[in-house]
Amino acid sequence: MSLRSPRFAALAISILLLLTLPAWVGNPYYINIASQILFWAVVALALNVLVGYAGLVSLGHAGLFGMAGYTAGLLLQAGHGHLVADIAAIVATLLTSAIFAILSLRSTGIGFLMITLALGQILWGIAYRWASLTNGDNGVNITTRPEFLGINLANASAFYYATLVVFGLAVISMAVFVRSPFGASVRGTRDQARRMNALGYNVWLIRFMAFLISGFWTGVAGLLFVYYNQFISPQVMALQTSAEVLLMVISGGTGTLLGPVVGAAIVVIMKNVVSAYIERWNLVLGVIFVAIISFMPEGLVPGTARLWRYGWHRLTSRKPSAGDKPGDRAQ
Amino acid sequence: MNLWLTLAVNSIALGGLLFLLSAGFSLIFGLMRIPNLMHGSFFMLGAYFGVTFLDRGMNFWLAAIASGFAMALIGAMVERFFLKRLSGQELPQVLLTLGFSFIIADLCLLIWTGDPWQPTTPAHLRGAVQAAGMFFPIYRLVIVGVAVVIAIALWLMVDWTRLGAMIRAGVDDAPIARMVGIKVSQLFTLIFALGAALAAFGGVMGAPYLSVYPGLDAEMLPLALIVVILGGTGSLLGALVGSFLIGFLYNFGQALFPDLAYVILFLPMVLVLVLRPQGLFGKVVP
Repeated sequence: MSLRSPRFAALAISILLLLTLPAWVGNPYYINIASQILFWAVVALALNVLVGYAGLVSLGHAGLFGMAGYTAGLLLQAGHGHLVADIAAIVATLLTSAIFAILSLRSTGIGFLMITLALGQILWGIAYRWASLTNGDNGVNITTRPEFLGINLANASAFYYATLVVFGLAVISMAVFVRSPFGASVRGTRDQARRMNALGYNVWLIRFMAFLISGFWTGVAGLLFVYYNQFISPQVMALQTSAEVLLMVISGGTGTLLGPVVGAAIVVIMKNVVSAYIERWNLVLGVIFVAIISFMPEGLVPGTARLWRYGWHRLTSRKPSAGDKPGDRAQ
Repeated sequence: MNLWLTLAVNSIALGGLLFLLSAGFSLIFGLMRIPNLMHGSFFMLGAYFGVTFLDRGMNFWLAAIASGFAMALIGAMVERFFLKRLSGQELPQVLLTLGFSFIIADLCLLIWTGDPWQPTTPAHLRGAVQAAGMFFPIYRLVIVGVAVVIAIALWLMVDWTRLGAMIRAGVDDAPIARMVGIKVSQLFTLIFALGAALAAFGGVMGAPYLSVYPGLDAEMLPLALIVVILGGTGSLLGALVGSFLIGFLYNFGQALFPDLAYVILFLPMVLVLVLRPQGLFGKVVP
């Protein structure tokens, strides 16, 4: 990317906008929504490693997300320090991811999806039913956010910047991952698993490592989530959360670096706007899923562009060009 | 001793319900390769239909059958108008059925509110029979009886009738089956409708025992998944054995280790995945 290219300019402008966001937004409510978008974007990026690059669709990520949140929350409640709680949370999430990976990678395709779904639901069941440990439906409260380099994160803008730093690290690590030989081999296992195997690659190990990377960032985002809300309950680990994150990934476009980020912004903003007016977020979420699959199977961003072009053609010319019909699948 | 017996009877009854739920799931998943994540919703919506019919004073069996028919119609429409266009594309199918499950869950909450509905057990099925000095509640036995009858009927249909032969042919090699004049696409709609109807029927059968409440769908779906992973996809015998296994583990787990009942459910799944990934009665798919 050269310094004069439009992509570089767009990147520079977005970084500048993100860095100065608290100054031009002002209202803490909106700064908080920006923080939410950023940590959900981290989960979406993490899931995209599996969905987009490894071709493995997981519906169990809410379980991993909650694992990190609950481990940190319970340890903090037991009186441990932030550092101990955070490290333990990441270690616990990585171990859980490894178990998930070992079991679910017995299979690929639908089998993988079903197993991750079942495992995620079991973690939800533990959080919900093992009340003596997790306090059941009442959830876990934590009283304080950590201090970082002497800055107290209790304030909305301070928390935003902390989230932004984590988000930045996640994006950089994803960019490195995508360009690295390892990233190429992960894509290889997605497109030509047998050929990769014949070339001497250990397909299983590559997928396993991809799962761990995905689990790691999901855990980090889970920590941000629990610090942001200072509360976690089994509801976070329900299938609905996994589905929402999957929606973020596919709505932005799978297998792209910025797609999940855009998707996270769309879903979080939509959820906040819809919830402000009606109670039926689940209904809206379901309708969005059905509509995306039926009308824009390639993702919201490219799909909207295609429908827009199609509508524009219809307006400007009598005969729409054959390539722009809505029935034309981009895949 | 009595406690164990009660637990065993409850386990068998839950096993029967799980079979009604997972037989359809297993057929749809195993034969059509559609990961139907709205199967728990079929169960819950069917149960809500059933309690509504019962509330209007309909006969219990009539209500269960009517609910099954209503669900078959809904299932057939979903398959015909939405899933058919996505044949062979797993991810879109997953997302579509997931989307429908959210829509159904929210509509049920809207229509039937958040309070649980528990219809009374029909009068002629109340009470208990005495055998060998012990009492067995009739209703639980009826559930098991119905499940066994349906299991046998399904097995006869798939293995011994012309329709079953056509279904198996359509699954093994759809293009050739089409060439010899079998209408594969209609058959698949039929299977999907049948699966939906069985789940709804199971939902009504379970209503006096489990009650119907929001979130029932999300509780039943993983159970169906575990049963099918255990038994092997597409195998009716596997679904039957898996259902009773899970029925026992669930009830005994909840009685003995209430905190860990969910983890115990998951242990046989782990064992099967590690030792026999195709499931207890599954065929190895090349």
